[in-house]
Amino acid sequence: MLRRLLLPFAALVALPAIAAENISTFTLENGLEAVVIEDHRAPVVVHMLWYKAGAADEPPGVSGVAHFLEHLLFKATDKLEAGEFSAIVEANGGSDNAFTSQDYTGYFQRVAADRLGLMMEMEANRMRNIRLTEEDITTERDVILEERAQRTDSDPGALFAEQRTAAQYISHPYGTPIIGWRHEMEQLDMDDVLDFYETFYAPNAAILIVAGDVDPVEVEELAKQHYGPLEPTPGLAERQRPQDPPQLVERRLVFEDERASQPYVIRTYLAPERDSGDQKTAAALAVLADILGGSSATSVFGKALELENPKAVYTSAFYRGLNYDDTTFGLVIVPTPDVSLQEAEDAMDAVVAQFIEDGVDPDQLDRIKGQIRASEVYAQDDVGGLARRYGTALTSGLTIEDVQAWPDILQAVTEEDIIAAAKMVFDRDKAVTGWFRKPSETAEVTQ
Amino acid sequence: MIRFVLTACVFALVSLPARAIDIQEVTSPGGITAWLVEEHSIPFAALEIRFKGGASLDRDGKRGAINLMTGLIEEGAGDLDATAFAAAREALAASYGFDVRDDAFSISAQFLTENRSDALALLKLALTEPRFDDAAIARIKSQIISVIGSDSKDPDKIASNTAARLNWGDHPYGSDSNGTIESVSALTRDDVVSAFNDVLAKDRIYVGAVGDITAEELGAILDDLLGGLPEKGAPMPQQAEYLQSGGITVVPFDTPQSVAIFGHEGIERHDPDFFPAYVMNQVLGAGGFGSRLMEEVREKRGLTYGIGSYLVPKDYGYLYLGQVASSNDRIAKAIDVIRDEWARLAAEGVSEEELVVAKKYLTGAYPLRFDGNSQIASILAGMQMDDLPIDYADTRNDKVNAVTLDDIKRVAARLLRPDDLHFVVVGQPQGLESTN
Repeated sequence: MLRRLLLPFAALVALPAIAAENISTFTLENGLEAVVIEDHRAPVVVHMLWYKAGAADEPPGVSGVAHFLEHLLFKATDKLEAGEFSAIVEANGGSDNAFTSQDYTGYFQRVAADRLGLMMEMEANRMRNIRLTEEDITTERDVILEERAQRTDSDPGALFAEQRTAAQYISHPYGTPIIGWRHEMEQLDMDDVLDFYETFYAPNAAILIVAGDVDPVEVEELAKQHYGPLEPTPGLAERQRPQDPPQLVERRLVFEDERASQPYVIRTYLAPERDSGDQKTAAALAVLADILGGSSATSVFGKALELENPKAVYTSAFYRGLNYDDTTFGLVIVPTPDVSLQEAEDAMDAVVAQFIEDGVDPDQLDRIKGQIRASEVYAQDDVGGLARRYGTALTSGLTIEDVQAWPDILQAVTEEDIIAAAKMVFDRDKAVTGWFRKPSETAEVTQ
Repeated sequence: MIRFVLTACVFALVSLPARAIDIQEVTSPGGITAWLVEEHSIPFAALEIRFKGGASLDRDGKRGAINLMTGLIEEGAGDLDATAFAAAREALAASYGFDVRDDAFSISAQFLTENRSDALALLKLALTEPRFDDAAIARIKSQIISVIGSDSKDPDKIASNTAARLNWGDHPYGSDSNGTIESVSALTRDDVVSAFNDVLAKDRIYVGAVGDITAEELGAILDDLLGGLPEKGAPMPQQAEYLQSGGITVVPFDTPQSVAIFGHEGIERHDPDFFPAYVMNQVLGAGGFGSRLMEEVREKRGLTYGIGSYLVPKDYGYLYLGQVASSNDRIAKAIDVIRDEWARLAAEGVSEEELVVAKKYLTGAYPLRFDGNSQIASILAGMQMDDLPIDYADTRNDKVNAVTLDDIKRVAARLLRPDDLHFVVVGQPQGLESTN
């Protein structure tokens, strides 16, 4: 129902691409890149437009403007009244929405395949022609402040995550929340919005993804017709965000909130992301996350901490490889009531150390690789998911070739690669460790 | 603007065929019925098995037993402990989801064609020889208790649990199916076994299957997988009596934004006026950005990030509910707007244009639901549980299109009762107090 944020919290196991023959690509003269994914099982199409601009591309002091703009793109253009975009989609039986992350902003519609041209016509129109009023700014700013209240301020776990992320990045904008800091959101104005819009909402910063019951030749014709006439932003270079200085020491936080019913420990380590032409380390980290924390019943953490000698009600390991800049590898332990946060953290560290010493269980690695292979079959049933995979990758600095090479790179990961990746990533000097609990448990700090 | 409107109208004349799928009824040699859609282009299948009754079959004093049992089914079966069972499932790259709601227990399985018989044999083991080991019971109990503790500090959960209690009292609909910390702590292995036998029985099975599987193959699978279950389960729950009246209940909670759940009694799924009510609610609060509530509360006034209303026709009781979140100093205003919109629609019905737009959306969106093997399998099981005919997918849009302005006016006057609206508000709302 709602325009949503995509929050980089839990990592997904990266799925491999489907057979390349279902996928084709083209690039328009104005720089718009396009991917077409064919699926003719139902007369439906997903039309997505992704901009290579997210919260991390905002100038300092206007946090939240990328997401604010995303909301405002549903207001008026030179040809559409406020709200008319969604109304037309719905009147055609479709659904539409949008999302903002650190690295991208995306808009999509899901609709009967014969309406693709109309969707392109409207999406191309709002790329360069929004017409905002001061009232739009005032009212919609209230909406995003309510959104922040609902998603962040009312949720101590979300506030904690925001503080941890801010601790992880000193200079890099990933330390600023996508929704924005409240005091900066309150000041966002028309100029802030239009500056961002005019820079990044351009064909040479956009990726078009069309997935469903379509003919790639016709898609290219329609794209030329609707997106082709749009002017690119001149001189738009590859994105360069401020980079962090080397992290020299672990950063630790204790976050206390009366609403914190279930205490837990979470640690995130700085980690490399998937880089174009160089995804081997990322693949090892992705498999490592699955081995350590993929399933309560069979993962290293689950077996050691939940089953054999229960100290935890929940454990997990996560890694988000699809990122434009440096990412994180995370570990979580939610202790049983009789186990302190310090004991839980120590137990988790002991399991990691033991794992590095023992090495990878080859049966477990085989099963994980088998599941990755099978996920190729299951993924063909979800054309929208495939569209998102390409959109995320292409706005994170990867190429179509990188996406299609990923399954084979995952299959090639060895036990040695995984242990080497673990030794590399588990460096406490590159970590942020957070404790989450009620205020009454302060005695534990000195344990 | 004019150009777009014209384009939209031209396009709107074309519509997806309502008959997007070909559903077969399959009856196994042993007498178990399923609905099947064959789809052989991808080598896997999805199977949805539902058992009517669900968490509402918890025995007196054993609230949470069925939920606990649901969490334990995959925690070991036959000779396999929890780890060995999970390892076997992973090796097959199959997935089995077990879930329970107020009116149904469900199994959602996906499996590859290449190892289908092994994947189903493993699922059968879980359904016929679950171990319910003491260690697994203790572990899953502690997870559930952790969830109950977190829910007790979550404004949304506090609101929904409070509303349920006030609406339905002692009926199972009136309490959280997770149970309470006390009730879950007291559950024994015998309670789990009773819950299993109460819920998973042949007299209440509904099956949907979609994917790379034939009718003949499915028939044999149904008998093998489900034939060994007991014939009869626990008696179905009693009809629930709606106990709430109009007003406001404030649950004080220290949070910057108030959450409100509001509503009153709703309408039965088989009521002759269900479709008019459904179309009416599309206009009032279900229609995303086009709905009146979204327009008035969010788009015009910026009072919320999200608001919606929903018909909730459960098997033994019917609600018409909505939800909104708004800052503590603005929630009272949001509630005023909601009441006004409720009253306006009750008095005036909807406009011709609103009706046309709602029908276009509902009829156009319906075929888009049939998206993926698992989703279709779930729809097939749901249609059978709702006692709908096998050609329902072909006629459903006709039922939507048949709704007239007079139908909506009639059902709005009957269904929308602004004075009966009860708001449960969790937070520190300014200018709002509980009524009695």
